[in-house]
Amino acid sequence: MSVNNPEYDFKWCPGCGDFGVRRALESAIQKRHAATGIAVANNVVVAGIGCSGNMVHLLEGDQPFGIHGVHGRTLPIAMGVKMANPELNVVVVAGDGDFLSIGFEHIGPQAGRNLNVCAVVMDNGVYGLTKGQSSPTSETGMITSSTPYGKIEEKTNPLSLYLTLGVSYVASAMSSKVKSLANTIVEAMEHPGFSIVHVQSPCTTYNDTYELLKGSVKKGIEPLAWPIPEGHDSADIKAATELLNRGGIPLGVLYKDTTRPDFQSRIDAVTKISDSKSTEELLASFAI
Amino acid sequence: MDKNDLIVRFAGEGGQGVVTSAEGLAQAATQTGYHAQTFATFPSQILGGPTWTQTRISINPVLSSGDELDVLVCFNEQAYSNHSGSLADQGVIVYNSAEFELSGHDDAIGIDFDALAKSTGNTRAANMVVIGALAELVTMKQDILDEFVTKKFTRGRPNDEEIIKSNIKAMNLGRNEVKDRGISIGQLKPPQKPDYDQVLMNGNVAICLGAMHAGVDFYAGYPISPATSILVWMEKNLPAPNKFVHQVSSEIEAITALVGAGFAGKKAMTATAGPGFSLMSEGLGLAWMAEIPLVVVDVQRGGPATGLPTKTEQSDLISTMFPAHGDIRLPVIAPGSVEECFHAAVTAVNWAERYQGPVILLSEMALSERNQNMPKPDLSKVPVENRIVNQNTNEYQRYDQLDVSPMPIPGGPGSYVANGSEHDGIGDTTHLAERHVQMTHRRWNKIKVLEDGDFEVDSIDSPIALVPWGGTKGPTREAYNKLIESGADIAWLYTMFLNPLPPQMIENLRQKELVLVPELNYQGQFSMILRSLGVNAISITQYTGLPFTVKDLIGRVNQQIESYKQGHLKI
Repeated sequence: MSVNNPEYDFKWCPGCGDFGVRRALESAIQKRHAATGIAVANNVVVAGIGCSGNMVHLLEGDQPFGIHGVHGRTLPIAMGVKMANPELNVVVVAGDGDFLSIGFEHIGPQAGRNLNVCAVVMDNGVYGLTKGQSSPTSETGMITSSTPYGKIEEKTNPLSLYLTLGVSYVASAMSSKVKSLANTIVEAMEHPGFSIVHVQSPCTTYNDTYELLKGSVKKGIEPLAWPIPEGHDSADIKAATELLNRGGIPLGVLYKDTTRPDFQSRIDAVTKISDSKSTEELLASFAI
Repeated sequence: MDKNDLIVRFAGEGGQGVVTSAEGLAQAATQTGYHAQTFATFPSQILGGPTWTQTRISINPVLSSGDELDVLVCFNEQAYSNHSGSLADQGVIVYNSAEFELSGHDDAIGIDFDALAKSTGNTRAANMVVIGALAELVTMKQDILDEFVTKKFTRGRPNDEEIIKSNIKAMNLGRNEVKDRGISIGQLKPPQKPDYDQVLMNGNVAICLGAMHAGVDFYAGYPISPATSILVWMEKNLPAPNKFVHQVSSEIEAITALVGAGFAGKKAMTATAGPGFSLMSEGLGLAWMAEIPLVVVDVQRGGPATGLPTKTEQSDLISTMFPAHGDIRLPVIAPGSVEECFHAAVTAVNWAERYQGPVILLSEMALSERNQNMPKPDLSKVPVENRIVNQNTNEYQRYDQLDVSPMPIPGGPGSYVANGSEHDGIGDTTHLAERHVQMTHRRWNKIKVLEDGDFEVDSIDSPIALVPWGGTKGPTREAYNKLIESGADIAWLYTMFLNPLPPQMIENLRQKELVLVPELNYQGQFSMILRSLGVNAISITQYTGLPFTVKDLIGRVNQQIESYKQGHLKI
């Protein structure tokens, strides 16, 4: 919404990580607009269902187009938009429940196609909007309203999952580091293929992980998140896997392969070799 | 005795030429000026299994594939035991003598199809041996068949002439077998070649051509019987600059990709069958709520669940009209012939553009496999509609009126959020009661722009009406014609526009004392809908996986009318 809309009454909780992600996304769209002249109206934000999906209504300033669709289906919706008009810059905003639980089945196919869309995944390790149930990225043993005796599944490791599925750009970020997140989103948008920016975006109400992620000298807590060293070769998938094996949450661009053709190029290649006939010609081939 | 029609059934194992023979006969007949219709049914497996097809050729337009067989062509013994009961009294059996012997049957002609084909030097000409035998049985002249073979096999290859010769030779060998036995079933009256251009195709191809003419430029689909041939056709023929076609990973991907494409300005379509359609429910609800134009073709098969994947049924009417949770009733167009498949596809795309929402094209297995001749559509006279695109500024409120309003397209002015949650004018989520009331009224009001569908009507003054829908139209019309000939007083009303129904047709139906609805499902789904509109409708149902026979329909219509007149029929 471009102006304050009194009818729209959704609010993120104070301290929610999604505030930072919103600022970063606004800034990324503006930066690209300033640098390349891409009109804001050429951006489409495809939102999932959950707290994070409400971002599509909460963006301030010039308004991109948006789709607030159904739970878990951001990627195929984004595919429809992007393949309908390759000139559009398409961004997915979704949470860990939407993207990794109900929407999991859509990651692999888009990785295989190398769909030129940027997905910003806000991971808070919990279902917030439905008031605190366990998600794929909740810790094993975590007590939530739907796991009163503790979560029994292993925790999903999203970054290693993306690498395994063949996503051609994988970055990891923190919602509180808005400037660096904005730069990463710009880079991901410019990546010629499927990019995922996986953001730690804590839920202050149901799963406040700020202290765990950042650490506390006072309490003697080692930070879970750590910056990827400058010398990391993001074109090297083995190096990326090794970083993940170190444990914790590495922050930065983990992996990036710019050599693969994107989905549009693959479709264009088929179009080139197809024998395209007009409807009239096709109809005539059935003449009696 | 001169005959108007020839009804032939080909039965055997999948792969024995059952389908190619039926289609070959239809091709030969239509090229010589006859009308034709084929029917096919087979098991759900790649190779083998009991398969049968039927071809009816006639000097008149063909309404059904016919009840009683003039000729039964048996490719194996099982075919004989399964189908000989469907022979007419004067019917003849032609059987593959390489497979089995049939003794004690006066009107049976054993022919070794493959050996005769082989003797021509063309092992692929077995179906021509069969067609030759059939032609001789109804004293069809060879010169028109020569013309058909020459046309069919003139393909610009060096061995064209050789292939034409061997095929004609195969036909004559088939003829000779019949001549030797001295059996005939009467002369088929010579055809009157229509003075207009014609095409011969099946229902799924007709849907593809209609969709292409209407401007479909985005297709995403997933293989499923009996809709797969639409995906396959689109993959082959739709690719072009600025068009998209792709086999996606599920029906959920397909429908949600269509939502994205329709939102971004494309004319988007997919085709599926019952199980795939069920997976599309939520996406269709989103398209209705967010007002996104798109078309979903449901080629019905037997259900529920995996059901009968390769058999025909009309049991998805309720689930396609009311596909999702919440207050929703989708526009549904159900064609009743191959020709109507073409026009239904054009109208489905036009309707989606006009009211800016999802439209269902409800076909069925029997139509998808049915080859039928039809006048060649003059594309210049089939109108194509495009949605009205917003040219307003950024303050534009797409959803703020009661009527259809111009649609903003990404990249252009009027950015908004296409929202599956209840929303205000620009698409922001809302919970206000008055807004939900306003938007509900808007969504239902928009449908009114689709109330221009036409309908057929005959004997309008009769108090009793026969009202079929979809593929049941043909056999019902044939039954109706016979009932009228025998002096019955019955009205005929038919439309392919099942939602919204043409308002005048509803008015007409409300004035009837009794409306009989033949349909291929257990519940009587269309009569349920008609009763909800205040029509005294009752169904004549069948759920065998096969279409109605005309004979059955006549019997059951008479029975219903009789019991209505005696006051036994409760609606």
